[in-house]
Amino acid sequence: MSIIKIVKFGLLTLSVLAVLSACTTDDKNNSQASSSNGDTIAISGSTSVGPLAEKLAHKYGEQENTNIEINQIGSSAGITNAISGVSEIGMSSRDLKEEEKAQLNEVVIAYDGIVVATHPTNKVKDLTLEQVKQIFTGEVTNWKEFGGDDMEIVVVSREDGSGSRDAFQEIVDYSSGDLIKNAIIASGNGNIKTTVANNKHAVGFISFEYIDDSISTIDINGVEATADNVLEQKYKLSRPFLFVHKDGQLSQAGQKFIDFILSEDGQAIAKEAGAIPIK
Amino acid sequence: MSIPTTNHTEKIGNANKRKYLLEKVSSKVFLICALLSVFTLLLIIGFVFYKGAHPFVAGGYSFVDFLLGTDWVPSEDKFGILPMIIASIYATIGALIIGVPIGLFTAIFLAEIASKRAAKIISPAIQLLAGIPSVLYGVFGLAIIVPFLQNTLGLVKGQSLIAVILVLAIMMLPTIVTVAETAIRAVPKTYREGSLALGVSQIGTIFRVVVPAAKSGILTAIVLGLGRAIGETMAVILVAGNSLIVPTSLTDSIRPLTTNIALEMGYAAGTHQEMLFATGIVLFSFILILNFVLARISAKGGN
Repeated sequence: MSIIKIVKFGLLTLSVLAVLSACTTDDKNNSQASSSNGDTIAISGSTSVGPLAEKLAHKYGEQENTNIEINQIGSSAGITNAISGVSEIGMSSRDLKEEEKAQLNEVVIAYDGIVVATHPTNKVKDLTLEQVKQIFTGEVTNWKEFGGDDMEIVVVSREDGSGSRDAFQEIVDYSSGDLIKNAIIASGNGNIKTTVANNKHAVGFISFEYIDDSISTIDINGVEATADNVLEQKYKLSRPFLFVHKDGQLSQAGQKFIDFILSEDGQAIAKEAGAIPIK
Repeated sequence: MSIPTTNHTEKIGNANKRKYLLEKVSSKVFLICALLSVFTLLLIIGFVFYKGAHPFVAGGYSFVDFLLGTDWVPSEDKFGILPMIIASIYATIGALIIGVPIGLFTAIFLAEIASKRAAKIISPAIQLLAGIPSVLYGVFGLAIIVPFLQNTLGLVKGQSLIAVILVLAIMMLPTIVTVAETAIRAVPKTYREGSLALGVSQIGTIFRVVVPAAKSGILTAIVLGLGRAIGETMAVILVAGNSLIVPTSLTDSIRPLTTNIALEMGYAAGTHQEMLFATGIVLFSFILILNFVLARISAKGGN
């Protein structure tokens, strides 16, 4: 009897599992079908590109009947999603690595500046790239060295793997291992801004889009952090915003959205959003 | 006459059959529900261990170096989680030192001393404390505790071990209070009456008779609180500072095991991601050990 029971039960669980797996495959088919119909574009990736993509999608949605889903999960995750086909388009705020380049096509949709931010009461307003490096590697730990008040420097950085951090470290020229060990690690631009705005000792780096009155911005090599200075290539701390997609994976709707972004209208929105248009 | 009778017995027979079938089917449904949670547990354990063990089995990384290494630089292929293990242990012990006395005294007060009216107000308040989403504790910590520490202690940054300890101590209170209170209330009235009849004061009775009698329940409360503290992520991530140092003072900013996973999972890929799963294995081992301790306590309590 007990053997029969076990067999019976086994069949029952199998059938339940079969039903469950059938459900999931159905879901997959559905989402693929709808994206190829041009109803939905799934986009995921960088939290730096995210806010801009949201604005573009909002404007685009007013004139086209397209549903654009944007997930801000970080550059690397977005790139992974684009490769695996989970998302049609990935957003990246760092250059692609070699092995990623081999699998993806990239489109530069705008440029971004990174600004070194301090507390509004901080007297230091101008640093060279070398001095920024000295701060973030812990060579200099007091603001008085750069003409500020006699107080300790608290470094705030993004987490390892973040596109903003990769870009910042590449431009300033130090590696993750060199970062001062007791740096506060905050996830996301907003988090860094809040931390810096609430601590008079702090210094961090954020995208241009996040600049407001709660923080003070630092000039690099005497050049102010403005869009014009980025385009004229005077301001050193800048990076590209990328949309990446797999060969042949881009739907018509996706292509149309990218065309819209690259059009004059799209670029005007990018400028409005605080990013730097490509032309 | 005979025809309706057979109809009638047939009806009863059918009804019985249906009843038994329903009985059988529903017992199977319950069994499946019960197995579903076990299945989920196995799936999670399997997934975490499969992902987390991969770099050590196939990638040639040493597990000892992983546990005892002090450098965590994923982009340079350095994975050492000793600072995080120590941070997790310090934060949990610190939270216990503050949370256990407060929680225990609150439970004693509610069960033994408080008037019914006072208990009616305080008990629901503590239960509500347990229902607050953990991220709100984090926001509270970031907005109130961190600036408070920064200003009153003159720290350069308020994100610190002590901030984590304070937040965790508050968070573990409801668990400790409710479980310990139940344990104290379960102590038979005769114990108290006997003690009081011998001329022992009320406080004396509580600490010499009631608390020892409720010992295993109180220990359970502490271990459950410990579990809550060591696994807490969202509240901690906001107030810890997440620095990668082995903490040497209460004012150092720390990165416990949980926040390491939550902080970097979004951006991690490849070995980095697998190492975060490995961090999960270590965390899981802590929780497993706690559960074994808990099981032993309850087994002893049974005797």
